[in-house]
Amino acid sequence: MPVLDDLAVAAGDDDVVGGVPARLVAAPASTEEAAALVAASAGLAVVIRGGGTKVQQGPPPRELDLIIDTRRLTGVVEHAAGDLITVVRAGTPMSELHALPAQQLALDAPPGATAGGTVAANAGGPRRLRYGTARDLLIGITVIRPDGLVTRAGGKVVKNVAGYDLGKLYTGSFGTLGLITECVFRLHPEPAATSFVRAYAAPGHAARILAAQVAPSALEVYAAPGADPEVAVLLEGTAAGVRERAATVAALLGGDVTAEPPPWWGVPPPGDLTLQLTGVLSQVPALVATAVGAGATVTGSAGAGVLHAGFDTGSGSAAGSGSAAGSGSAGSGPAARSGSAGCGDPHGRVELIRAAALRAGGHAVVRTAPPGLRDTLDMWGPVPGLALMRRVKERFDPAHRFAPGRFVGGI
Amino acid sequence: MDIDAFAARLRAEIGADRVLTDRQQLRTYECDGLAHYKVIPAVVVLARSEEHVVATVRACAREEIPFVARGSGTGLSGGALPHADGVLIVTSQLREVVELRPEDERAVVQPGVINLNVTKAATPYGYYYAPDPSSQQICSIGGNVAENSGGAHCLKYGFTTNHVTGLRVVTPDGEVVQLGGLAPDTPGYDLLGAFVGSEGTLGIATEVTVRLTRLPETVRTLLAAFASTDQAGAATSAIIAAGVVPAAIEMMDALSIEAAEAAVHCDYPAGAGAVLIVELDGPAAEVAAQFDEVTRICDDAGAFATRVAADDAERQLIWRGRKSAFAAVGRISPDYIVQDGVIPRTALPEVLRRIGEVADQHGVRVANVFHAGDGNLHPLVLFDDAVPGEAERAEKVSGAILDLCIEHGGSITGEHGVGVDKARYMPRMFSDTDLETMHLVRCAFDPDNLANPGKVFPTPRLCGERPGRRQGAFEHEGAEVF
Ligand SMILES: Cc1cc2nc3c(=O)[nH]c(=O)nc-3n(C[C@H](O)[C@H](O)[C@H](O)COP(=O)(O)OP(=O)(O)OC[C@H]3O[C@@H](n4cnc5c(N)ncnc54)[C@H](O)[C@@H]3O)c2cc1C
Repeated sequence: MPVLDDLAVAAGDDDVVGGVPARLVAAPASTEEAAALVAASAGLAVVIRGGGTKVQQGPPPRELDLIIDTRRLTGVVEHAAGDLITVVRAGTPMSELHALPAQQLALDAPPGATAGGTVAANAGGPRRLRYGTARDLLIGITVIRPDGLVTRAGGKVVKNVAGYDLGKLYTGSFGTLGLITECVFRLHPEPAATSFVRAYAAPGHAARILAAQVAPSALEVYAAPGADPEVAVLLEGTAAGVRERAATVAALLGGDVTAEPPPWWGVPPPGDLTLQLTGVLSQVPALVATAVGAGATVTGSAGAGVLHAGFDTGSGSAAGSGSAAGSGSAGSGPAARSGSAGCGDPHGRVELIRAAALRAGGHAVVRTAPPGLRDTLDMWGPVPGLALMRRVKERFDPAHRFAPGRFVGGI
Repeated sequence: MDIDAFAARLRAEIGADRVLTDRQQLRTYECDGLAHYKVIPAVVVLARSEEHVVATVRACAREEIPFVARGSGTGLSGGALPHADGVLIVTSQLREVVELRPEDERAVVQPGVINLNVTKAATPYGYYYAPDPSSQQICSIGGNVAENSGGAHCLKYGFTTNHVTGLRVVTPDGEVVQLGGLAPDTPGYDLLGAFVGSEGTLGIATEVTVRLTRLPETVRTLLAAFASTDQAGAATSAIIAAGVVPAAIEMMDALSIEAAEAAVHCDYPAGAGAVLIVELDGPAAEVAAQFDEVTRICDDAGAFATRVAADDAERQLIWRGRKSAFAAVGRISPDYIVQDGVIPRTALPEVLRRIGEVADQHGVRVANVFHAGDGNLHPLVLFDDAVPGEAERAEKVSGAILDLCIEHGGSITGEHGVGVDKARYMPRMFSDTDLETMHLVRCAFDPDNLANPGKVFPTPRLCGERPGRRQGAFEHEGAEVF
């Protein structure tokens, strides 16, 4: 396997995924090279690594031989400003795409995240309320299938219904269906003006913003045991329009107009166990209350119904403020009752929060957990359509060599 | 089992009045909106419930009889064209709005619900269903899901796929699965995203959860008349370049204006080589500022007349011309082909010019009426079937237009789908591996190729052996065989 010999080097100390060390690491520099690599690696268990911001999420791989690193697959191939699209290689840092001339890829991403990783994780942040997530902004994609063949779906135009929309399938597939080497994104104009409104207000106040005619780009909540809950709103548009809308929002929430977001904006909540919670909009306040009652800090979009909860399990080095503050808060509001019940056993807390998410018509997915705990936790909860998902995986990767065991149902 | 025995058994199961085999009755369903393809199905099932769909699909699976879903039958690519030896499963009588949840910005509807009826149900609460195909008074949500339908306002709001969060689907083996749900980001593969736009080849949707959108505070509509499509195209690009995202930018050329004028007297400025309809919506404070900018851009691009709708009646009048255009063209030409292709917006002037050249070469007329904002062309190729050779020439021009779209990095369809009509063009846009990859998904859902066979894919493909380890990964922990 000369390609493998040429491209792969022995793995180093950091080349570990969820505690499982790799034998080899390879960083192809083009789609062609990547395809040759994937073909040559037949029989090896592979995990793909982008910026590495999420590679430690999820369960460890059942096996791991080769890490394919996309850090050399970088660069903006094309930015067609008049068409508001860009073609980029998968390893391109998202930060580059946030600052294209007068335009942006309107996908929030943590520092260090790559375009391909953002798609593979279907990541999104506060602005998903207005712009959606990777699934909504990806219009074309190039993928190396587990058998080494190069395949494309979608194209370079925003409107396109030719054939199956496979971009959606790859988005959020966490590297289990193939290696993404190139993405085409829809862009948005950089807004002329932006403004934030911050208020100390309960999550229930978010409904007022949705009912008002202010077209928020983001509507975020923050709640933590023992802290006053907050609501923050992002407004984008023309200078005059933003001024007027921000004033309306400030009045509705009893808050202040600011130029900067609050420090918790778009930041995953602290804690060594984090979950993503979803639910219908009217149930967001109840969901937040349950999670806070279970000792979790909660941030996220009350406009989209997607929240992030985090707490310390006390099982690792990160133990400290979180759970202590959690039990300390048991004194106010409806959260308090479940709070005392939830704190303590992390399994029980996850169960409690998950039950609330399911009641709210959504899901609770564990994103990060300390290694010992991770192996005994149900990371996803119920997954509708799992049997069909297994059939899809079987077709794309019959040998189960791409990120084996890292996805729902052990896929 | 012969088809009569099959029908008899199905009648016993779901009711005699649900199953049609009378040739006269079957004939009603021989085509969809693309009427020059006609096939009489062996059986038509008029489903009233999900159970009817399940029973029918199970029966088909058992006997390996192909089935085709049909909503309102307005599709323009022959997607709902029946199979001669198969069952046509009509979902248009499943037309209940199951749940309206404005506080959650969701509605749960059956697939036969007419698109516009979702908006009608939600409007009293201050919400609407954003995707607005021109056929919205007649097409069904199930058909919209299958085609990933778009509409004039998709420029700002996105397509069906951005507005469907959940589906109940009867898969081709007769199982009912839930894909997605009320909330976003369901764990696992986004099979919902793969199903939307799959044109009935992955199963039949029996319940659809859609996103409801807040009605905008303000809507303002501008009609701008230009001497040429070049100027109108330049204005479109300038609007986008200025960072404005209108709800819609629609263009009509001289021939389609002439047709619309004759049909509905929409009173567009005389002598226009092209008109643009630009609509802005949102908070009043934003719309006011942007509207002035758009008006100025149109003036700068050479608009010789602009008209602002003063009220809803005037807005309707402006839109009437655009919305009637397809039908209106029927009055100036005995026959026409509705083409649907996409190009990058910046290529508009060049491609429109080339379309004109191709049309001239072949001696046919082409009327252009389209979604300029997202580069989705709808050239109407006019011909008279009674004149020998004209249909063939029109067909040539229509095909050449798709080649132009591909040449400019666009797509062979922006909203009408591939169906039977464009399956043969798929290899011009996708490699064999690309098509084979799509087929992997098809095989995961429908290994026996029973759901709407002959659509989307240019050549019949077999799924081959079902991959070995059917139980999935769990059972094989630690036993990977490399
Ligand atoms: C005058 C006119 C204007 C139009 N304008 C537009 C436009 O602006 N934008 C646009 O996108 N389209 C437009 N169309 C095309 C058409 O209306 C859309 O494709 C529409 O979504 C089809 O819906 P239908 O219910 O008529 O589906 P049908 O024509 O009955 O079926 C279409 C496809 O959907 C499948 N299908 C139907 N129901 C189901 C189900 N429950 N589950 C799974 N598959 C199903 C069928 O098998 C078929 O492949 C227009 C058509 C006409 C006639």
